Amino acid sequence: MKHVIETKTVSGQSPNYLLAKFQDLVDWAVNSSRANSLWPMPFGTACCAIEFMATAASRYDFARFGMERQAFSPRQADVLICAGRLPFKLAPVIRRIYDQMPQPKWVISMGACASTGGIFDNYAMVQGIDTIVPVDVYVPGCPPRPEGLLYGVLLLHKKIKGESLFDHVPRREEQPLDDRGLRLPPGEIDEISEPFGNSVHQFRSA
Amino acid sequence: MSKRTVELELATPGVDARGEPLRVPLGVAEPDLGTEHMLINIGPQHPATHGVLRLVVELDGETVVRVIPHLGYLHSGFEKLGEYRHYNQIIPLTDRTDYLSPMANNVGFALAAEKLMGITITPRCTVLRVIACEMSRIISHMVWLGTTSIDLGAFTPFLWAFQERERIYNLQEMWTGARLTTSVTRVGGMMADVPDDFVAGLRHFTRTFPKTLSEIDRVLTRNAVWVGRTQGVGVLTAAEAINHSLSGPMLRASGVAYDVRKDKPYLDYETYDFDVVVGEHGDVYDRYLVRLEECSQANRILQQALDRLPDGPVNIADPRVILPPKSRAMNDMEAMIYHFKQVMEGVKAPVGEAYVGIENPKGELGTYLVSDGTAKPVRWRIRPPSFINLSALPRMAAGHLLSDLIAINASVDIVMGEVDR
Amino acid sequence: MNPSVDALRATFGTAIGRALESCGDTIVYVARDALLDVMAWLRDTPEQAYDYLVDVTAVEYRDRERPLEVVYGLRSLARRADLRVKVELDPQGDLTVNSVVPVWRGADWLEREAYDMFGITFQGHPDLRRILMWETYTEGFPLRKDFPLRGRFSRAEQVRQALAAHPEAHYSMEELSIAEAYEELPADMKERLRRGEHGKLPDSE
Ligand code: SF4
Repeated sequence: MKHVIETKTVSGQSPNYLLAKFQDLVDWAVNSSRANSLWPMPFGTACCAIEFMATAASRYDFARFGMERQAFSPRQADVLICAGRLPFKLAPVIRRIYDQMPQPKWVISMGACASTGGIFDNYAMVQGIDTIVPVDVYVPGCPPRPEGLLYGVLLLHKKIKGESLFDHVPRREEQPLDDRGLRLPPGEIDEISEPFGNSVHQFRSA
Repeated sequence: MSKRTVELELATPGVDARGEPLRVPLGVAEPDLGTEHMLINIGPQHPATHGVLRLVVELDGETVVRVIPHLGYLHSGFEKLGEYRHYNQIIPLTDRTDYLSPMANNVGFALAAEKLMGITITPRCTVLRVIACEMSRIISHMVWLGTTSIDLGAFTPFLWAFQERERIYNLQEMWTGARLTTSVTRVGGMMADVPDDFVAGLRHFTRTFPKTLSEIDRVLTRNAVWVGRTQGVGVLTAAEAINHSLSGPMLRASGVAYDVRKDKPYLDYETYDFDVVVGEHGDVYDRYLVRLEECSQANRILQQALDRLPDGPVNIADPRVILPPKSRAMNDMEAMIYHFKQVMEGVKAPVGEAYVGIENPKGELGTYLVSDGTAKPVRWRIRPPSFINLSALPRMAAGHLLSDLIAINASVDIVMGEVDR
Repeated sequence: MNPSVDALRATFGTAIGRALESCGDTIVYVARDALLDVMAWLRDTPEQAYDYLVDVTAVEYRDRERPLEVVYGLRSLARRADLRVKVELDPQGDLTVNSVVPVWRGADWLEREAYDMFGITFQGHPDLRRILMWETYTEGFPLRKDFPLRGRFSRAEQVRQALAAHPEAHYSMEELSIAEAYEELPADMKERLRRGEHGKLPDSE
């Protein structure tokens, strides 16, 4: 079979092409600035926070990746790093901190506990912070090594560089809790929180 | 009421006869200024509360009238989970209670389980556990030093302290494969013997660590800011410390020479040559001195332990308690059955109960196990040293300035994973 | 066996129940009503001098017939001696015991924790509130054996209740100021404080 390639002559560039080029340029400039100077809000609760501190200290030094300044106030932060387990008692706190952060904002969930509840499948623990705030990057590990966290940060850089100011992604808008006071429908929360892996086998009798 | 106001209003020079700053007398009515108390909230997400502690502070001007700690922001239900786990399966949980000294927690739990089951561990295991405990003491005190110095405005010691931690982390990783969550013990032994380079590496550490200590000592101990912000702050007398059930450096800084390692020896600690460090004023500064000196004592113990590390097996020989090596479990029928039974059914403990307290970096870590004869404990209770030490905070902080509250809170050396469990 | 047991028997007679030894530790059972006297005596008698309270906790057994035990670990710092004192309570009945805070300040938070986890009421405690779970927690007492590991409610409901909690909930200034004079409060206000009614969600179960 023979392919017929249709050719057309265009008089100059189309205006859309120029606009797209311009948008790319703007996106590139904005995203590189955003990605390369992320101000982290360390929401460190438990053991993972110690590894987070190790990542911040001299040997791993995440200032190399533009995270020089840790913002201890959510109002000056770009990325919320939830390092450690999140009990129900802390749930309204992280939600409030997330709400206080200005857009654009991202969330890294560091460690098994923040991502899924980890080994704590019990009455006290939120089974994954994604039932409460939207999460961009999950870093696995218990605790993740500093290299792991740095890799997660680099992934976030990648994600940020792929975003565009000009398409209306819903995550650039505030996502308040719905009228039930939840972020996700209850069925979905139950599904996310279902026991899996070893925590299926938790019995009191031997 | 600021010091200045005290000088003006009470017509005193603001210092007492010994030249120490006057504590603002509570209950002295403020002059014509408004006397309404103010309630401020610190935490649960605040860099100076060392975790997710929340303090509600009632202030009179800048003076703390009352502190109400709110806890439980990291309550993870450890003790409940323990009822659903075999004894060996609890050991990974113990890492995560006091995550600044995971190896010492592992040892504490293993000792209690062994007391319950009546197991005597091997000599090599005993010494290795001492090494584990003292390494933990050093890294825990290093975190304390680093974070406290940040709280009081010095950033450099933080970097030095974390450098030392990284060195111990390397050794821990060499031994257990994990930097933080070590799970190094098993009931009746250790998860593994130390690898070949470990002893040389630890020796190198014990030789070089005192240098860092003396650097920290040089930077902080006579530093005017440090001394000014810590001396005479948060004083507890010996009687109060005992009545509040404090333990560890908090108790010793108040002048009570009680150290579980000396007074209720475990792991043959009575045969090591080390000093119990005791403070005399019971203030924040003394707690700092006690912890700093404990680091060098821990270093001494490490050196002695390395010198005496005997050869021989690390695990006891009982195949019902200790897992057979993987190669035997794969080839030998009997070993495989023992392997299967231990993994599926766990190790059964006789009916009874046991309490073992060990001297953790934070204080006396107690493990109280109650068994009804099955492979899972009826009750696994952690006596949390920093929880109990923290309960003296309202007593210590009342009458001090708000900025002193931060120093006092830091001096307790809390780790929220253990406070809230 | 710790010689303090015989001394206790000689002083308090029938208020001292059985005594036994487990893994080398002496355990002595004390009648509930005599607890405070026994504790004060143990601390203040020079030959006993149990000046240090190691721990206060509780044990509930899987066997539903067995009583729930409140466990006190005592230590004499000078004599290097330990004693474990237990009080038995009926888990189905009235879980009340006298507070030992007047004897040891250190019991303050430990008793609050036992209240939070087991629902044991310590009479005479200056400020008996939940300590680890939040004030409006309605699922029960987590360490009781009839409390399921994952709690009573569905995860979605737990998340909803948690998010609905007020992150800055605290006691009002008035309540804080009266915490010291707790015993003089009118009974209904005590009850209200104990239930943690302050800040309760209107539609929570
Ligand atoms: S993931 Fe592991 S290390 Fe991290 S907070 Fe949870 S238990 Fe701790």
